[in-house]
Amino acid sequence: MSCNCLENKTWICTDPSIDVSLLEPTLEKYTDSKGSIIPILQAAQNLYGYLPTDLIAYISRRAGIKPSKVMGVVTFYAQFRTKPIGKHLIMLCKGTACHVNGASMIEEAIRENLGVEEGAITPDGLFTYNNVACIGCCSLSPVMMIGDDTFGMLTKEKVAEVLDGIRAREAEGVSE
Amino acid sequence: MTAKILVGKGSCGIAAGANVVFDALSSGVRESGVDCPVTITSCVGMCYLEPIVDVIDAKGVKNTYVRMDQKGAGELVKALKGEDSAVAQYLISDADAGVLSAQRRVALLNCGIINPELIGEYLAADGYKAAEKCLKEKTPEQVIDEIKISGLAGRGGAGFPTWFKWSAARSSKGDKKYVICNADEGDPGAFMDRAIIEGDPHVLIEGMLIAAYAIGSDEGVVYVRAEYPLAITRLEIAIEQARDAGYLGNNLFGSGFSFDMRIKAGAGAFVCGEETALIASLEGERGMPRLKPPFPAQKGFWQQPSNINNVETFANVPWIIRNGGAAFSAMGTENSKGTKVFALTGKIAKGGLVEIPMGQTIRDVVYGVGGGIKDGRAFKAVQMGGPSGGCIPAGLIDTQIDYKTLGATGAIMGSGGMVVMDDTTCMVDMARFFLDFTCKESCGKCVQCRIGTKRMLETLERICEGEGREGDIELLERLANQVKDASLCGLGQTAPNPVLTTIRYFRNEYEDHVYNKKCTARQCKPLLTYSIEPEKCIGCTLCAKKCPNDAIAGEVKKLHVIDMDKCVKCGKCVDVCKFNAVIVE
Repeated sequence: MSCNCLENKTWICTDPSIDVSLLEPTLEKYTDSKGSIIPILQAAQNLYGYLPTDLIAYISRRAGIKPSKVMGVVTFYAQFRTKPIGKHLIMLCKGTACHVNGASMIEEAIRENLGVEEGAITPDGLFTYNNVACIGCCSLSPVMMIGDDTFGMLTKEKVAEVLDGIRAREAEGVSE
Repeated sequence: MTAKILVGKGSCGIAAGANVVFDALSSGVRESGVDCPVTITSCVGMCYLEPIVDVIDAKGVKNTYVRMDQKGAGELVKALKGEDSAVAQYLISDADAGVLSAQRRVALLNCGIINPELIGEYLAADGYKAAEKCLKEKTPEQVIDEIKISGLAGRGGAGFPTWFKWSAARSSKGDKKYVICNADEGDPGAFMDRAIIEGDPHVLIEGMLIAAYAIGSDEGVVYVRAEYPLAITRLEIAIEQARDAGYLGNNLFGSGFSFDMRIKAGAGAFVCGEETALIASLEGERGMPRLKPPFPAQKGFWQQPSNINNVETFANVPWIIRNGGAAFSAMGTENSKGTKVFALTGKIAKGGLVEIPMGQTIRDVVYGVGGGIKDGRAFKAVQMGGPSGGCIPAGLIDTQIDYKTLGATGAIMGSGGMVVMDDTTCMVDMARFFLDFTCKESCGKCVQCRIGTKRMLETLERICEGEGREGDIELLERLANQVKDASLCGLGQTAPNPVLTTIRYFRNEYEDHVYNKKCTARQCKPLLTYSIEPEKCIGCTLCAKKCPNDAIAGEVKKLHVIDMDKCVKCGKCVDVCKFNAVIVE
């Protein structure tokens, strides 16, 4: 028995919300370099925010790697996600220093503020929070990262301040 | 006359607000017409004082201002203009300045001093002189000999002699050889590699270049964690500049030797710190370790001889070549040479990065450099080596820091994470925390690691939830030894260490949890009881109003009482009580 899932070279991504042409430069760049599936997936996630199954299938065909194998890579590494996230991804550090300095209390504060569990999107579509192992900012623990911004020495109050600040800026942006 | 202003823009400095300070200083200086460039440097290691600003005058005298903010920046600009200013209140105290002078810097030599985004500043600090010396004056064998004399051992955790790995890779036959830098700093609580790349990326490039020359490689790869965006950016800039300046590329220093390198961003898997897993990940596979031998020095990346070292290891190399292996081995102890960088965090007063000669004691680091415990509480233990290491109790505070002595305590040197704990840290909870980590990060290849860590975690969770049973502690010990014995790679072999060391030194805490259903550190919520102290309660009703489960009864101006049958131990009452009347035991 053999798998023929790679034979249809003209296969098109069926999800209309995904513009695969955006990924073309990346696929071109890695055409001839072996072992490049991780950077391709990283670029794809940067473009689309997550890796829907359709896109994974598309990438696997284009890269000539079996979908099961690509899926194996996607599920192995913590960085890859197969579900969409809110506009702002909150990465709450759960490293040792943060744990010792009360990261679980901060998680509670985030959860209460957002009203959703880890990995889910808030109803307004603005936030998703994820726990991460360590973001290497231990001296300012407890720490969270939102986008490229790191917030340290967190307290319940500071969490609320930061999140409310983002909400306020988003609301302003909408009314303008 | 001021020469320049340096703003510490490492990740930690930026998180503390360095960008705001930098912008305020830049615009302030520009508007005031003072002739003084505002530039950046990276983390000097005193993270607890960030944002830090150095003002260096024309004579080279440096004034350091700490915990700067927008107001401080304004005051500094006033001072530069010669106006009255309150900037002196931001000056670093003598005690804090002592934190730096108590250290011995080799790997962190330029961190927090030079601008990491300008190759010129690295060159001015004798940068690439070591590489030039090797390529022009030394044979590869002589380079390896120098490293052998230095006694440099791998700083990533295992402490394997660096010269031996280089020599093995050199003598292996292959069409092509690779130099790989392991910058997948996955130990939670460790950030020295991030600080080195952010603060002095060229030292890593130079170290790798020298290693490449020693083993006969023309291609290098740096495997960096994706969680370190700033480190990746600065290293990209540095590689570009090194290429333009002729320190990477063909025929370096006219020697005929060629070397170039690139960055590969990791995708988040702790196990990729293991050499063979890292190689699998570089090849685009799931990062699962394989059996050794063959070692990477024989068959590594794409089956070719590959040498893998940690960032800090490479960062020591240029210094060793410039100053001689003997100067490096003069520091440290009989079996551990040179210096080591530690990330001092947790319940420590002065957290940050410290580099000290091997052979100092834990006391020297925690109390000498680190300023003791936060809020004057009692030192309980220090966790070293992350999930592979262990907790060293207060009773062993005079333990000497070297590979052998630390190993004897059940902990390890590791990559240099030092998480300090006080009497509010529960050691059973710590063990549970680490097992939760290793259980999630186990790649799943070995049954004992995959399932053993899970069973250990379940047992620890049970104990922390007050469901601990007689025999649980012994069960943990038995499982720990099985996981250690039957796992292929370092992750599984060391995963039980946090449990074993906490049982060894804090068995009474485990017994308290299991038999007395008590958590003396008051961290394990299910084991706590809440009550209200009659003398302190004024009957404000706030706790009763805020209790989510109506577990508190009481009327205005009368004593309130908590019904433990209803209490869900959320701690809300403790948070809201303004009179500290809620007692947690």
